[in-house]
Amino acid sequence: MLHMSEIHPPRLPEPDRPWMMRTYAGHSDAKRSNELYRGNLEKGQTGLSVAFDLPTQTGYDPDHELARGEVGKVGVSIAHEGDMRTLLAGIPLDHMNTSMTINATAAWLLALYIVAAEEQGVPQDKLQGTTQNDILKEYLSRGTYAFPPGPSLRLIADTIAYTVEHVPRWNPINICSYHLQEAGATPVQEIAYSMSNAIAVLDAVRERVPPALMSSVFGRISFFVNAGVRFIEEHAKLRAMSQLWEELGRERYGVEDEKHRRFRYGVQVNSLGLTEAQPENNVYRIALEALAVTLGRSARARAIQLPAWNEALGLPRPWDQQWSLRLQQVLAYETDLLEYPDVFEGSKVMEGLVAELVDGSQAEMQRVAELGGAVRAVAYMKAGLVESHRERWRRIEARELTIVGMNRFITTEPSPLTADADGGILVVDPEVEAEQRHALAHWRAHRDQAAVAAALDDLARAARDDAENIMPATIAAARAGATTGEWAQTLRDVFGEYRAPTGVGEAAAASSEDVSDLRDEVDDISELLGRRLKFLVGKPGLDGHSNGAEQIAVRARDAGMDVVYEGIRLTPAQIANSAAQEGVHVVGLSILSGSHAELIPSVLAALREAGVGDVPVVVGGIIPEADAAALREAGVAAVYTPKDWDLNRMMRDIITLVAERHGASTAAPA
Amino acid sequence: MTGSPADGRELGARLREGDLSAAPAVLNLVENRGASSRAQTEALLAAVSPATLGGEAPAHIIGITGPPGVGKSSLLSRLVAAWRARERSVALLAVDPTSRRSGGALLGDRARIEVDPSDRNLFIRSTAAGDRLGGLAPATRAAASALAAAFDVVVIETVGVGQSETEVADVADTVAVVVQPGSGDVLQFLKSGIMEVPDVLVVSKADLGNVAAQALADLRVALRSLGCADTPVLAVSALAPASGIEALMDALDAHRAALDLPARRLQARRRHAIADFVAEHGERGLRALGGRRTAEKWLAHQDSGLDVPALQQALEARQALAESGP
Repeated sequence: MLHMSEIHPPRLPEPDRPWMMRTYAGHSDAKRSNELYRGNLEKGQTGLSVAFDLPTQTGYDPDHELARGEVGKVGVSIAHEGDMRTLLAGIPLDHMNTSMTINATAAWLLALYIVAAEEQGVPQDKLQGTTQNDILKEYLSRGTYAFPPGPSLRLIADTIAYTVEHVPRWNPINICSYHLQEAGATPVQEIAYSMSNAIAVLDAVRERVPPALMSSVFGRISFFVNAGVRFIEEHAKLRAMSQLWEELGRERYGVEDEKHRRFRYGVQVNSLGLTEAQPENNVYRIALEALAVTLGRSARARAIQLPAWNEALGLPRPWDQQWSLRLQQVLAYETDLLEYPDVFEGSKVMEGLVAELVDGSQAEMQRVAELGGAVRAVAYMKAGLVESHRERWRRIEARELTIVGMNRFITTEPSPLTADADGGILVVDPEVEAEQRHALAHWRAHRDQAAVAAALDDLARAARDDAENIMPATIAAARAGATTGEWAQTLRDVFGEYRAPTGVGEAAAASSEDVSDLRDEVDDISELLGRRLKFLVGKPGLDGHSNGAEQIAVRARDAGMDVVYEGIRLTPAQIANSAAQEGVHVVGLSILSGSHAELIPSVLAALREAGVGDVPVVVGGIIPEADAAALREAGVAAVYTPKDWDLNRMMRDIITLVAERHGASTAAPA
Repeated sequence: MTGSPADGRELGARLREGDLSAAPAVLNLVENRGASSRAQTEALLAAVSPATLGGEAPAHIIGITGPPGVGKSSLLSRLVAAWRARERSVALLAVDPTSRRSGGALLGDRARIEVDPSDRNLFIRSTAAGDRLGGLAPATRAAASALAAAFDVVVIETVGVGQSETEVADVADTVAVVVQPGSGDVLQFLKSGIMEVPDVLVVSKADLGNVAAQALADLRVALRSLGCADTPVLAVSALAPASGIEALMDALDAHRAALDLPARRLQARRRHAIADFVAEHGERGLRALGGRRTAEKWLAHQDSGLDVPALQQALEARQALAESGP
């Protein structure tokens, strides 16, 4: 018989405070983004989450060749301290908690933030926020890396060592499992690879800080996770991560302070599962995913940002983002979610799920350790992700995995949400890039050139001296008026550049029944051409979201084509040069950053310049219909968007296209 | 491309004039298995044969091979940059026998080689291997000898160990095998005679320190016991700051300078002619020529300036004579 005293009180004495509510936001320039932030804060958002554009993320100024078409697109362009000042104008930094999605250039943006705060009269030890700063997952998924692994880990270690001492309320790194799931990771891979990445970082920091500080260092490491629509398992995943993190602190790093061992995470829920078809359904998906990270108190997120319903269509408008913020507010303020202790405590199902994930993850972490740790195992992990993603896509195509509105229940009424004149998305003013270039020229002309040169010299010296922390010289360069591109170029000159493994070469071949018909067609056209159908898959510009391109490359290979895939971040001239030298029959380009209107025509021009203007070009990406029409007008043979999820059909189109261009139909090869 | 193929004679003429921009069309042609393209390939090879050129093609044809994962691409990236810095034009034929699965192939090697796309003196072409396991695509052989007429350096990069370096040796003037410190397979293959001693041995990842030094020492001991103590063994590191690249370039140059180039190439052409003849007509065809030995001896008396297809045709004419004879 149970006595009342043996049962937990069913309610908390006091409801919990809500998590921090943010919206991942920023576009165009600092002034426009500042207005957006102030608006969001007025709507009840409690923290900031800054989205930077790709040039800022990869360390290029707005006037660099690689920045073309990308300035202000997926986030705000921040080229120097003046931009940062404008971005944060009127926002009291001693009270604000700012998360910055910034990695390769994290040390630099943190320095700009510190200097901008200084100008507001806020000392650095008062600052609160997060720099994402997780470079290993950039190699694995997101692609905004700049430097090789060794120097990158040093930059991370330096920012951690610096903030633990001088900016104690800052989270210097968010170990990201988020992007691993976006790249196709299973829950076990997501846990194991992110934990392995954390170990690589902590081991690197251990070399650079006094042993007495390691407990605080461990305590400052936070995670940035993903939550998919399988929300029960996803919740179990977070409990498993809490358990593994606690163990890691205790056993590997000897962290005695219980508080320092606590697993702290922020979250952005899944974008991978958001569909372009019937996009209104995404609202339900986002709500269920939010439950995964809030339902159980012992593994609840500290900060949440939710994507907008129309992410698979293009950039969300302020109203779209408001709609997502309202979901957080309903969950936190209307429901009774925050009134209870952990609702899964004692659940055998939950315990079983957690144990399963912990066991699987430990085995996979062991494998990574045997390969020499996360840095050395990048190629292994990348290949694993490409493989998992391939399997996921196969299941969608085989309809083993149901995506409502996309591969089942596809009959639909026209959506009033996308019927607006703007197509239901935000379009960045194309003048922004030119404005930013002019503003940058003005900035350069009005600063103390000698001071900048001296600061950059000192930065180079600090970079060459492995024993020195990079942060003081970085802050000095920020103060002197150096630009994002100058900071990064100085370090590129010292550290060198890097290309991450693409993972596609190692991906297992599809089982033959899925593609056997296609193989016959490829064999037929190859016979006709005299040599094997050769297909170049290219990613122009700075966009590092390569998952789509990788899946296309692997499928084309499985279908029997010879596929040239060189990874991310190529200039139009590089793509054209490869197309000409490799003698390809068709070129496929993938862009998800919204820079297609500028970059695709540049590639077409470069192909003509290289003498291969007659090679047909197909394009895939998040491309609104109006843009797609313009691209077809400019000479693109076909445009694919997320609603074209049947890769075999796409392959068939490509075969037909090549056949037509070579004066034959595949039906009757003559 | 389904229409009339490129004009082989014209392409050959462009190569003779040093027109490097002919390279993509040359590769498109020699890779094409269609009957008319094969005829044009023969015309191309005749147009750059030693007989037409008045001597051997000037390029240094270099084979670089080794097991997967030893860092060949990173090494090549450095080598290519160094050759370009010495103002030598480079054609790199990257052959990847491991990539061919399910009929298709993923060709990613060029990604690891840093290239200035406006550099007209550098040509890179990736090819999946032929149908034979570990084999060089026949097109690669033809491409190498054609491009040798125009480029300063022609590099054939292949993956594999044990067999592939022999195949490359049949095409290249100089063969370098790249070995990774700490992996013993090359050492074992050398000792057991499975693998012929290459012209240059390269130990990659010299930044690994002691392991690399040990690998270097082991290889030297093995070479001495095989009576090849003169074979250069070099340590290189392709990581920044790179090391050993200049020394490797010098070793490759030194090998070529000491080589009787016409003899090596002539021998290779004759071997290829017999191999191609056998591929076409089988052992029965070879018997009609009186066996391999006799065929080899007969070829040794033919014009040293003939290209491979011409030699093969000569063999075929002899076969026809033998088969129609009394």
